[in-house]
Order: sequence, then C-alpha cells, then structure tokens
Amino acid sequence: MRAFTYERAGSAEEAAAAVANRPDAKFISGGTNLLDLMKLDIEQPAHLVDVSRLPLDRIEETEEGGLRIGAQVRNSDLAAEPRVRSQYPMLSQALLAGASGQIRNKASTAGNLLQRTRCFYFYDRNMPCNKREPGSGCAALQGFNRMHAILGANDACIAVHPSDMAVAMAGLDARIETLSPGGEARTIPIGDLHRLPGTTPDVETTLGHGEMITAVTLPPPPPGRQLYRKVRDRASYAFAMVSVAAIVEKSGDRIRSARIAMGGVAAKPWRATAAEQTLAGSVASDGAFTEAAEAALAEAVGHGDNDFKIPLAKRTLRHTLAAAAVERA
Amino acid sequence: MHKTTTLRGQSADSTGFVSRSTVKSSPHVEFIGRPVDRIDGPFKVTGRATYAYEHPIDGVAYGYVLGAAIAKGRIAEIDISDAERAPGVVGVMTHRNAPPQPDFGPAVTPTVPEVFTRARPALNSDRVRYYDEPVALVVAETFEAARAAAGLIKVRYDEEVGTYDLQAHLSDAYAPRRTNAGLATDSVVGDFESAFAQAPVKVDATYRTPFEHHNPMEPHATIAVWSGDELTIHTSAQTLANYRAGIATTLGMPPERVRIVSPFVGGGFGSKLIIHADTVLAALAARVLQRPVKIALTRQQMFANTGHRAEMIHQLRFGADSDGRLTGISHDVWSATSSFEEYCEQTAAFARSLYAAPNRLTRHRLVRLDINRGEWMRSPGEAPGMLAFECAMDELAERLGLDPIELRIRNEPTQDPERGVPFSTRNLVACMEEGARRFGWQGRDPVPGRTREGRKLIGYGMAAAIRPNYIGATTARVAIDRDGQVTARLDMTDIGTGTYTILTQIVAQNLGLPLSSVKVELGDSLFPRTAGSGGSWGATSSGSALHQACSILKQRILEVARSSEASPFRGVNVSEANFAHGEVRIGERSARLSDLIRDIAPDGFEAEGSVAAANATETYKAYSQHSHGAHFAEVAVDCDTGEIRMRRFLAVIGAGRILNPKTARSQIIGGMSWGIGAALMEETVLDRRYGHFVNHDLAEYHVPVNADIGAMEVVFLEEHDDKANPLGAKGLGELGVCGAGAAVANAVYNATGVRVREFPITLDKVLPGLPLTAI
Repeated sequence: MRAFTYERAGSAEEAAAAVANRPDAKFISGGTNLLDLMKLDIEQPAHLVDVSRLPLDRIEETEEGGLRIGAQVRNSDLAAEPRVRSQYPMLSQALLAGASGQIRNKASTAGNLLQRTRCFYFYDRNMPCNKREPGSGCAALQGFNRMHAILGANDACIAVHPSDMAVAMAGLDARIETLSPGGEARTIPIGDLHRLPGTTPDVETTLGHGEMITAVTLPPPPPGRQLYRKVRDRASYAFAMVSVAAIVEKSGDRIRSARIAMGGVAAKPWRATAAEQTLAGSVASDGAFTEAAEAALAEAVGHGDNDFKIPLAKRTLRHTLAAAAVERA
Repeated sequence: MHKTTTLRGQSADSTGFVSRSTVKSSPHVEFIGRPVDRIDGPFKVTGRATYAYEHPIDGVAYGYVLGAAIAKGRIAEIDISDAERAPGVVGVMTHRNAPPQPDFGPAVTPTVPEVFTRARPALNSDRVRYYDEPVALVVAETFEAARAAAGLIKVRYDEEVGTYDLQAHLSDAYAPRRTNAGLATDSVVGDFESAFAQAPVKVDATYRTPFEHHNPMEPHATIAVWSGDELTIHTSAQTLANYRAGIATTLGMPPERVRIVSPFVGGGFGSKLIIHADTVLAALAARVLQRPVKIALTRQQMFANTGHRAEMIHQLRFGADSDGRLTGISHDVWSATSSFEEYCEQTAAFARSLYAAPNRLTRHRLVRLDINRGEWMRSPGEAPGMLAFECAMDELAERLGLDPIELRIRNEPTQDPERGVPFSTRNLVACMEEGARRFGWQGRDPVPGRTREGRKLIGYGMAAAIRPNYIGATTARVAIDRDGQVTARLDMTDIGTGTYTILTQIVAQNLGLPLSSVKVELGDSLFPRTAGSGGSWGATSSGSALHQACSILKQRILEVARSSEASPFRGVNVSEANFAHGEVRIGERSARLSDLIRDIAPDGFEAEGSVAAANATETYKAYSQHSHGAHFAEVAVDCDTGEIRMRRFLAVIGAGRILNPKTARSQIIGGMSWGIGAALMEETVLDRRYGHFVNHDLAEYHVPVNADIGAMEVVFLEEHDDKANPLGAKGLGELGVCGAGAAVANAVYNATGVRVREFPITLDKVLPGLPLTAI
C-alpha cells in the first residue's frame, strides 16, 4: 500500500470535482474491494475522496412507480428493503447470495457495480495481466482459468465481473445516474456501464474520470416471476461459477416475455437477448427452456479449465427458467 | 497469565464443579472425563488472549518480507536504494548484507530430530529455490511504511527452467530412505502381485490428492527482542523446543540464550512445528538494528513460505475372493517433494494396520519439484491416504455387492496384520455398528443415483478411521504453595485444542483440588521441555508427565507429613492416603491440604514428572496402538448444477479415555470439517508454467465453514487403553480427519453414481456424469 491523502467530500459535486482534479485520485466508499487492492499494490491511488457519508443513502419511489436507490445504500440495507423484497425479489436474492454479512454491511451500491475482477493473475503483481499492466499479456488464457469468462472475452483478457447484484440489476433494466465533474447529470442503461475487454481490458466502464454514480433507478416492477440462481463451489462466501437472473411472464401456458441476465460468464453482467427472443410467445416447456439456453450460450467459448461453464450455464438457465415459469403467472 | 486463574474459578463453577455436600459420599471428584468449559475461552472471545504479533513491546519496528517473483534461478541484481530512502524505513536487508548464517545443508536430513533443529537460514544466498522465497526484508516505523517501501525494491532475476509437474515427472521418482515419523518407506508381506493376479474380484484405481495448505487463522508471526546476547522470541509455535533449537542453530548461538514465548496460538495444524522466515528474519533484523522487530507473514505469503501438503498420486489395488475376503492390499503413493529438502508424508503407512490380508504392499515414492518443502499437515499420512484408500474400499464393496460395513467386518484383523502383535484396544467394528444404528445406515439404497428429494440427489457414505497413538518425551513441573494453590508449568502449547483445560482437569483430579486452585502455565521455553502440540500427542504426553509430577508431589507431601511434628499424620502409614475435596485423608484422619502444607512446609512443594517417548518402551513394541472411528456422511447433490452440500455427518470414535468430551468433540468436528474440505473444496493450484500457487488467499482457497458442514454429531465409545499411558487416553485430534473425506466422497458417489478420483470433488467433475432430469 502506498501512502495516500484522504478527504471527505461535503457534496456529490465536490466529490466529483475533487477526483477530477487529480488523475491519481479515486472515490472510496465501503472500501471492501479497493482497500484489498491497495494493500496488494494493484490499485495505487495517491488521493482518496470518501463519498460514503454523502446523503445518497435513500431508497425512494420514482414518479413512474419504480425505485431510486442511492449510490451509498449499503448492500445489506438494499437486500432488506421491503419494496425490494416484494417487488424486485431477485435483486434481494442476488445481494444476499453475494459476499458475506460483514462485507454486505460495508459495501455500497455504486461500489458493488464498480468492483473489479477476482482473477488470480490480476491479483498477483508478478504475473502478466493486460488489465493491471496493459500490454503485459494475459496469464489466465493458458493458465488456471476455471473462474474465467466464456462470453465476450478475447485473448487480451478473460476476466469476469464478480458482482451478483449487478446481474439482477441488468435483468431489471436498471439505469445508472451519474454526476460529472462539470456538474451535469446523465443516465446510463446498466448494459452500457461495463465494457467488454476489447483491446483495453484496463478500461472497465464508460464512466469518465471523476464521474460519480449517484443512484441506480429501477423501472416499475416488471410483470412475471423473478428468480436469482447462483451456482457456487460452497454455500458460504464464494463467487459465482455461473448465475442466472430470470423473469418469466406467462399468459396461460405461454410465455409472454422473459428477461435473462447471467453472471460469472463475462466481464459484464450478460444480458441474453437472443434467449429472451426465443422464449417470447412460446409454450412454457422443457423444449423452450432448452432452446433458450442453447441460444444464450451459442457464442460461448471455453478456455480449458472453464469449459464446464458452458454446459453448467445451460443447465442452470434451463432449470431457472422452468422454476420461474411455474406457479404465479 | 495471572488473570487466567481468576477466570478459572468461574469456569469451574459454570460447568458444575460438584459442591462439597454432594461429593462427601463419593471417593473421588472426577474432573477427568467431564465436559469442562475452555479455561482460555473467555480470554479469547474478549480479545484478552495475547497472540504473537500483539505483545506490547516498546520501540518495536515492523518488518515486511519481499518474496521472489520467480520459482527458480538467482538474483542477478537487487536495487534497494529507493526503499532505503522511503519514509519511515530504518533498514533493508538482502542476501548482500544479512548476517552470516550456516548453509542450509543437504536435502535429506540424516535423522528425524535434525529436521526440527537444523538451521533454516534466510537471505543468505542469491539462489531462489521456490516462488515467493524471501529476497529482502524492509524494516520501518510502521507496517504500512515497510510494505510500501518493499514495493520500491527492484530485482532482476536470472530465471531458470523449473520442474513443477508431478505427473509429467513420475519417471524421475525415487524411494526415500524413510517416511515422515521415521517409518519404513515400503512394506511387503507375502506376494501381493501373485495374489492380485489370481484374485477373482479386483479394484485397481488411481486417485489424485492435490496440494493443500494449513491456513491457521493466526498467521506466522514473530517479535524478536534482544537483551545483550539473550534473545526472546514471541511467536506462534506448536513446539517451543523446535523453535528454540532451530533459531539457535540458524543464528549460531547456544539454545540456552534463546527464550521462546507462545502462550496462545491461533491454530497451527502442523505448520508451526519448525521455524519459518518470520522468526529468522525478525531475530536477525533485531540484532542488526538493535531494537525489537516484529514480522507477520501475510496470508498470501503463507501459501509459499509455511509449508503445504504435497500433491500425490495413489494407486490402490485390492484383490478379494468372492466372499469379500481380501487376499491382497496394495497402496502405492507418488508424492511431490522439494528439490532442497525432502519431506515424505507417510501416506500409505496406516494401511499396514487397517485390514487383514495375507499379501500386502505399501510403497512411497517422491518426485522433486522446485517448490518449498512440504510440512506436517493435520493427520499427515492418513488425511490423503485414507481419502483415497477408503474410497477404493467403497469401490470394492460395490463390485462385490457387499455393504461397505460388512466388507470391512469381514476383513477385521485379530492382530496387527503386519507387525503380528495384538492391538492395545480396537473398537473399529463397534464404531461402525454403533454409527450405522445411529445414522440410519440401513436406509441407504446401495444402488447409486436413485434417492431423490425434489431436484436433490441424496447419498450416504461411510469410511473407517485409524490413527497411531504416539507419546513424545515430555517433562512437567508442578508446585503447591502454602495456600493450597497449584501451579503447573511446562513448555507445552495450546493451539486451540483445549490443552489448558484438560491439563487443569488432570492436576485438579490428581490433587483432589477444585479447578479454581490450579493454574496451568504453558508456552514458555523457560518451563520444562515437552513434545509440544503435534501428532495428536499433546494431551497424552503432557497429561502423562503432569500426572506423574502430581504423583511425585503427593509422595513428597506425604513423606514430610509422616515425619513432621506439625502434621496430624505423624507416624501414620501414608500409603493409603487419599487426596480429594481439598483434603488429605488417611484412614480416619484428615486435614485440609492447604492447612497441611502451611503447617509442614511453608515454602510449599515442587515436583517434576516425565514420560519417555513411547516408541522407546517395551509396551509400545508389544502392542499395536491406534485410535479408531467410523464416519457417516449424508450429502445432497443438485441434479441441475452438480453442487454438493453436506447434510449430516456422524463420527463414532474409540480413542481410549476421553479427558474432556467437550474439547474432544470440538477436535473431532474440526477434523471432520477438514475431511469435508479435502473431499469437496480444498486445492491449491500450482501453475505449471511459473511454479506459484495461483489461488493463494482465502477467497479462492476454499475451506468449509459453518454454512458448509451440515449437522455434525460425535459419539465417543467407552474405552480405556491401559497400554497407552496411565491416563488410559489416546491421541484424538487428527483422528477426526482420518477417513472423514472418504465418507463424504462415498456419499457423493452414492448420490450420483459418479466416482470422482481427483480431489477435491467439485461440481465441474460431477456434472458430466449427471443426466438431465426432467423439468
């Protein structure tokens, strides 16, 4: 860990300006990921701007009937919020499937979205890693890559985004509200927040330097049954091998609409639009779910140790869709 | 430690120290065998137990170790100039300026004790022998300053091609001269190959057990303080004598000038039997800088620098007649070892005593890799060995169409099958039968993959457990003062096992005093030397020595009581004396022990007792001494994802007299949890390109915790082993691991019909064998 200076921002505007002022500054909120990375000398900010005490910790209903979640709402508070539990249950399920109780108590909504990959080689400064050190190569590609991406990756980087929360938010069509250092606000669909590696795996989001997430808004609760299913190596604290957030809306025995997002498979929460399209209008059946699963993973590529993720994702998706399609239409 | 005594009384009260009125009629207050609460428990949960890194030492400086970025080669250039100039830095040590130390020496140590006492120099060469081996130490005013400065050191290496792949180098395997614990490398009885060739029913299975790491909660940490030429080491050690000898040899000083202090230890699991870089470097730096230095290895550094269990390949071959009687047993093991220091886990040794068969073969072979040395890891030998062997037994039972318990009963030996001597006690069959009854084993469908609950596949599995009983040479001192307060001192450690508690129970019972009158002081090399904590011999070694010390102490008291004018027992035949309820009673005469001491010896009494290493005794040679048990596991496997979750786990244990069922139960469920870890999740992946352990933190090296272990139950069978020691107790802690993983693995097979022979059994290995289940 390098020495750094610290300031506590008085307002969102101040915070954005403070980070924008210095290229070596970073926001800090719960610090559950950033501090670990600083200790390992992977993140080396010289200045930290603490946004954890800003009044961005409310959950309010929006005019359109959705929810506006302040960027500083803690993961445990968001999971426990009654409206989230009743109207957006898969978000609550995803949050509770993530990390540990202690970490959820500290971690913020914005910080969860912006957490970095858990790739072993990213975490080891002696190893080549294009994300940590652009141009140095990817040690995971030919290395131990059991946890790595099967979708949207390339030879530059096969890291995955580790969040559970973001996967559920992707399925819910969440929108990210930000504040730029200049003071202007903008709204980014969650699908456009994270970037695939391309040739610059070190650039992980579309946020500018100093651009701060102030809230996440959820549209009104979508019709249909929601489920979040996380497949993990152990019942306690573990990152997803594969996860599925699914919403299935039925009309009689037909599926009117479906929304599917997957975690543990790509550098971003992965929205399976092709699978959604195959489901829309079809009879809720094993055949339809299997077809959707095949469509969702059609482009998937394994790298050796993670080849199993392809059949695992298909099987998980098939069963999660089936489970979401039963009972309440 | 003084405050511990205060709590001791509370502890005794809360566990129901029998009041005087109720014990009047009984001849003894039985402390041994009672579930007394942990005496050190309140200290630990309130943060008052002081661990190695926490001792308040004036003027202490903080060290941070920089590890090598390569696994094999030499340091061509090391530039410390930026680090030396960094804020707060008081010194940087590399191989260029470290004080001279003896060479490490040959890869094979000639005798077993030498492994524990040999010099373990650090920063004494430009050679890099394994990834993350220390190449520099930065000492600064704060930990953060030291760590930041370490990041400024520039090292250029001449890297060499290393060897990291066990499987690919099996043709280079060699036979060591002996295994760990001084056991024979091979054992041969009869003619296994012929018997196997002729056997009508066979199993020939190859299993792989991976690298594993101990991961005690407390990291390896040391504070070194010099006073003149005397060195005090505050550290986290299982065996103080080894640390004292190791540091004295490395620093070239007499052991008498080294004091090791380790009153509380946050787990060791075998990784704290010998010194590591934290201890050596703290001692060296403190001497050079002439101020105390503390060093803790980080969790990540522990993976490379504090030992591991090596990767192994096991070939199990069993031949049986059609009735299920084994005609031949063979267990071959190929294990990774280090290129610079041999360590051969005694992986197949248990198989020499477990089941009857006329033809037998066990062999250990090693392949040298460019990795750090392996170390003793909880249940060395049995943990990986029984994991493979007891799964292969399950395979044989299935092939024979026999219940796994029935197969084992048919092969129960009447005496030790290789040594030809009787067992001191052996209740393996009773453990299996009692376990089967309690677990509902008859409800198991022997055909795998048929038991379902919703989308879960349910499976039952069992395995046997066996582990040798050891005693290590140990001395203990006990003293009683004029107030009847007793202090026991020995350099034993309590690594979380309950040593403080059981030793207090043993002393209290021997002297007929309440627990609150007994203070046990451990973890200081100024106290009499013990075998320490390791090999599950701590309780029996220290307990036996302390038991003897108490007997001698009582003898001394009585001798003076018989001759002293102030004694009510003057002239009485003291051979019938009874110490109980705080009194000494001989016939109709009695006196409070504290009154007696005050009257006859105002300075109190002191005595030492000791016990010899068991393998030096005739009884040990005349009997085969083991603890036994049986494990029963129920798992649920998700039919869609292959996720495996524990539901129930039962162990039935026959391990001699149980000194404290509460701490004993904790030991066994800890061991069972290790079994779950080995079966389902623990693996350190060695990158075969770079030679480093890839998943070197607790986020990615998974150990089972509360949510992962299911409902656990432990049952102890009534047993007393009078051949083992005067207490009748036997080694217990590591028995919980033995066979535990195999019971889980066999349950996974019973649930799914998928036999995974590469541990750990993770979902990706089960999934290909799981057919799609209808929605």
